[in-house]
Amino acid sequence: MSMVSLDQATRPNRWLMPAAGAAIVLLAFSTDWRLGVFFAAWFGPWAVNVLLANGRVGGAGAIVPILFGVTLLGLWELAVRLYEISPIILPAPSAIWAQMVASTDVLWADFQQTILKGALSGYIIGCGAAFLMALAVDRSGFLQRGLLPVGNFIAALPIVGTAPIFVMWFGFGWQSKAAVVVAMVFFPMLVNCVQGLKASDAMQRDLMRTYAASYAQSLVKLRLPTAMPFIFNGLKICTTLALIGAIVAEFFGSPTVGMGFRIKIEMGRLAMDMVWAEIAVAALAGSGFYGLVVLIERRMTFWHPSQRRG
Amino acid sequence: MTGMVDPNVPAARGAGGLPDWVTATLSAVIPVLTVVGAIVALWYAASVGMNRAWTLDQMERRGLEMSTMEIVADTMNQERPVLPTPHQVFGELWDTTVGQPILRERRGELQGNPRNLVFHAYHTLAPTLMGFAIGTFLGVLLAVGIVHNRAMDMSVMPWAIASQTIPILAIAPIIVVVVSNLPALNAAVDNGVISEEMKLLIPKALISSYLSFFPVVVGMVAGLRSPGGMDLDLMRTYSASSPQTFWKLRLPASVPFLFTSLKVSIAAALVGTIVAELPTGARFGLGARLLTGSYYGQTIQIWSALFMAAICAAALVVILGALEKLVLRRMGVRP
Repeated sequence: MSMVSLDQATRPNRWLMPAAGAAIVLLAFSTDWRLGVFFAAWFGPWAVNVLLANGRVGGAGAIVPILFGVTLLGLWELAVRLYEISPIILPAPSAIWAQMVASTDVLWADFQQTILKGALSGYIIGCGAAFLMALAVDRSGFLQRGLLPVGNFIAALPIVGTAPIFVMWFGFGWQSKAAVVVAMVFFPMLVNCVQGLKASDAMQRDLMRTYAASYAQSLVKLRLPTAMPFIFNGLKICTTLALIGAIVAEFFGSPTVGMGFRIKIEMGRLAMDMVWAEIAVAALAGSGFYGLVVLIERRMTFWHPSQRRG
Repeated sequence: MTGMVDPNVPAARGAGGLPDWVTATLSAVIPVLTVVGAIVALWYAASVGMNRAWTLDQMERRGLEMSTMEIVADTMNQERPVLPTPHQVFGELWDTTVGQPILRERRGELQGNPRNLVFHAYHTLAPTLMGFAIGTFLGVLLAVGIVHNRAMDMSVMPWAIASQTIPILAIAPIIVVVVSNLPALNAAVDNGVISEEMKLLIPKALISSYLSFFPVVVGMVAGLRSPGGMDLDLMRTYSASSPQTFWKLRLPASVPFLFTSLKVSIAAALVGTIVAELPTGARFGLGARLLTGSYYGQTIQIWSALFMAAICAAALVVILGALEKLVLRRMGVRP
């Protein structure tokens, strides 16, 4: 890590923060006991986190974010119960969990339709096509100079908007969702791949030339490895885009299964716990998908400075 | 994402007796124009291919004989084509921006004209800018916290990443329900602090800020940490306090990073607003235009809304780019 820790001497008094926290909790208690409980439940785990983060405890890197997440969920539950918020506005995490357990089969069917069929197939086709296109473009400097600005421009456009068009062309099935995903991931992936293929130094390329390496050899042994960090950056950006694309496209027409469809229908019936259950599945799928790409990246680009630890 | 012009391409040396800057510009522009031209050509070819079936079908039903040229001409000028041609889309864009009055009179007062695309673009841009402002503010705040507090660095960053893996469209309807039921907000409307129109803006703005805060956090954290050990050591020899180091070293050093991420973030904010309009039953805005277009099979309307969105995105990015140049020049950064 390139982070330089702040000088100890310039830190504010170390009793300042705990004192301020305690003051806020007491003040909250004196106005409304529920507010006091809320702040106490917030600052308590936070203090533990600060201690963990600043101390030299083994495994703090995993515990701190988990504790933070659990705190957030706990605060949510607490707020819903203390203030008796209507489940139509905001259901408690426990209610959402109960709904998830009760309707696993529906959630699984939606997951298959939207994530596995729509998002994943589009992701693979889109990223694969972009990679092959980048390899083709890479051989021509002229095409590179033309495609990079155009690709950068298109990557910044709201391509989600093509969803209604693709639904019209490819029908209500998962194919139209995959097509939207392909359109969304293609250009960000292409730009990253083209940039990655240019990432090797002139010195390194000269070295390959002195070895009389063929185009294919220098591609496989030098340029693809140096391109890997860029390619994975593109792959990571595209995981989120793929999920958004697949779910958005379902709002423009879908069979009676799918996460976007379910959210739309259950919203209309004000069954918010089911909507939140779908969101939880989407969030888990998105984080899992992203995490998977990060894991593969760590295995494949362990040599890169950004992956070194310790 | 890096800038538009590739710095690795060497500028051409005045070949053919032209001044250097002319050849340099040409060598940057010609490839781009070629690619754009190729895309337009492909588009026309695709529209002929995709609209042919309908033309042939009509021909058969009416028992007409048409030459190939007539068929091609017909495919390019249908009323509800599968794929509208570029000239149809830009014709529609022209008609619905310049060809329609922006304001119209209704029940004795001047109102925005829903037939005008500028009116819809306004309804999308207002929440976009508001969401962008909220997102940027939150992003900078989070980044400052992350850089100065180790506990925040370790706990917030993983969840900020996780927050972006949640598809926004899924949370959009919920934000609308929650926000429109907030007691504080309703009280503010009743007391006349904010208008009813403003209240409708807020959910859209929040959704777009949800997408736009993330690039700012990532860019600002990198920017605030960009001063090297030497610079920080120098501040220490001046016995600068932590706030002084922040204002005089870290913040100025982060500005180039900030602008790079602002350009990404404003594009994301626009996507957020358009997506927010889909499930919330918005009547005005580019997203609403897409939705009605898809309900009634008005392909040309969909495409023109799409291009309007693209023009807005490009304009916003260009404006930020100009601002970036201005600010960096005032700060004394040499290009």
